[in-house]
Amino acid sequence: MSDRIDVRKTYKLYIGGAFPRSESAYSYEVRDSRGAFVANAALASRKDARDAVVAARKAFGSWSARTAYNRAQILYRIAEVLEDRRPQFVQAVVQSEGLSSSKAEKVVDAAVDRLVWYAGWADKITQVLGSANPVAGPFFNLSTPEPTGVVAVLAPQESSLLGLISVVAPVIVTGNTVVVVSSYDRPLPAVNLAEVLATSDVPGGVVNLLTGSAATVAPWLAAHMDVNAIDLTGVVGDAALATELEVAAADNLKRVRRAPAVEPDWSADPGLEPMTTFLEIKTVWHPIGV
Amino acid sequence: MTATPTILGSGLDEVTRSEASLRQFLHGLPGVDQVGAEARAAGLGTRSIKTTAKAYALDLAIRMVDLTTLEGADTPGKVRALASKAMRPDPADPDCPSVAAVCVYPDMVATVRETLGGSGVHIAAVATAFPSGRAALDIKLADTADAVEAGADEIDMVIDRGAFLSGRYQQVYDEIVAVKAACARADGPSAHLKVIFETGELQTYDNVRRVSWLAMMAGADFIKTSTGKVQPAATLPVTMIMLEAVRDFREQTGRMIGVKPAGGIRTSKDAIKYLVMVNEVAGPDWLDPDWFRFGASTLLNDLLMQRTKMTTGRYSGPDYFTLD
Repeated sequence: MSDRIDVRKTYKLYIGGAFPRSESAYSYEVRDSRGAFVANAALASRKDARDAVVAARKAFGSWSARTAYNRAQILYRIAEVLEDRRPQFVQAVVQSEGLSSSKAEKVVDAAVDRLVWYAGWADKITQVLGSANPVAGPFFNLSTPEPTGVVAVLAPQESSLLGLISVVAPVIVTGNTVVVVSSYDRPLPAVNLAEVLATSDVPGGVVNLLTGSAATVAPWLAAHMDVNAIDLTGVVGDAALATELEVAAADNLKRVRRAPAVEPDWSADPGLEPMTTFLEIKTVWHPIGV
Repeated sequence: MTATPTILGSGLDEVTRSEASLRQFLHGLPGVDQVGAEARAAGLGTRSIKTTAKAYALDLAIRMVDLTTLEGADTPGKVRALASKAMRPDPADPDCPSVAAVCVYPDMVATVRETLGGSGVHIAAVATAFPSGRAALDIKLADTADAVEAGADEIDMVIDRGAFLSGRYQQVYDEIVAVKAACARADGPSAHLKVIFETGELQTYDNVRRVSWLAMMAGADFIKTSTGKVQPAATLPVTMIMLEAVRDFREQTGRMIGVKPAGGIRTSKDAIKYLVMVNEVAGPDWLDPDWFRFGASTLLNDLLMQRTKMTTGRYSGPDYFTLD
């Protein structure tokens, strides 16, 4: 009896709740930490980025209008489905990051916990950041945080699951929609996460996942006039690219989360900054009635 | 797939003399191969138009737009804003061409006239109990005369689909002739007549071909697919059949008729597909706002966004263009 033939998978992108191939029809080989072939991933082009932004913009209205409570439920649901698929994610992290199984399990646990942690913030962030301001007149003066809009996120290159969750969850929990470019060498946890998102009540277009090279796609996202903010976490160590992206982003006054010098320790407490960067404070004056 | 019917002896006069000869002619038109027509239309839609050709196509498409608002909720303010946009679609770029026409209900024509002045943008009005066409003939004629008097250069009339579908071709023919007469203006050239078929209600491609010939023989200056109020509205195969009809009509009679797909064309990509089809089916003579139009409202913004992308090299967004 002959050996069974391997199923050589070719993964696709995740745009607008669907799994399209790259418009360019290109894909690239994904190898594990030891260099063995694992699967093919779609190589996103600028047109995929364009389509993803359109999908994200379309989803923004209804996602930001949902109650914070509902967004919390949905994030919690992502955590649940991720937990259900633990073995798959542990394997993906082992393959991508070359960790031992026990370490990879800890990473998956941390990713699930992080989702739950951000889910809890959905209906609390307003109380922390909002305020009733004292003014010299017969007005209520109230400040509340509102989502920035469509956010492009360049996910970390090293931490393919925990890092990815740590940059995506804080953006969507507050009502933004997101276009993520995953780690180039380690895209599989992102691809698996797309499958989780598709089955966990996240409306199509809220998270759009592109696998491929940030250096190719990011300039288009940074210059795109319909993208409101960009997170450059994924361009660690490439100061020239980071500068180029910041300059391009200035054209429509995008909010920019700057590239760190080294990739952060993702196991540390993230604090509120990942959420507050992509929020705008709106202040309203309302006359006090008699 | 050519539709070249034989017109007997003395030509069209013979055909339109009686209901019987009209029916004989229209039913004698070769049938449309549905599968073939759809495959041909889909095939033409796969052409890749890039760089300078794309820039040309985008500007041409903008010049061909009949910027339309046909809502019960239209206000003079909204119509004025639309007319201003028609003259200068992209205020940030003086090189951006203006659109072909503004298309409104007859009661808004005077408002549009006021705003457009001598800008060269035409005014189209939908008349004859648009969109259903369910009114007595004298009311339809009064509706038309009213719009012409208010200053409309172009009249978009709807045919009586009920009469057409029940085979009363003479009635449809006479109605078009009568509306054409009502388009005459005492003090100048008569308004152009566009005849709307509402192809979404005509059931078959054969009917589209028949009604195209019927309208052209009755004196239409333009034939138009749809009102935009019925789904499906304009489709590529339907437009292709109409383009074949105007091509064959010119071969037979020497008279050139325009085509206007309307409704459901929302993206630049779609618009360029139509332009490719115009060039391939009817010929380059029709690649002109005088002979081909798009009835659209949201299309214009997408054309402008694509145009901006071509000139600036970065993607634009809907935030930078007016909502209408």
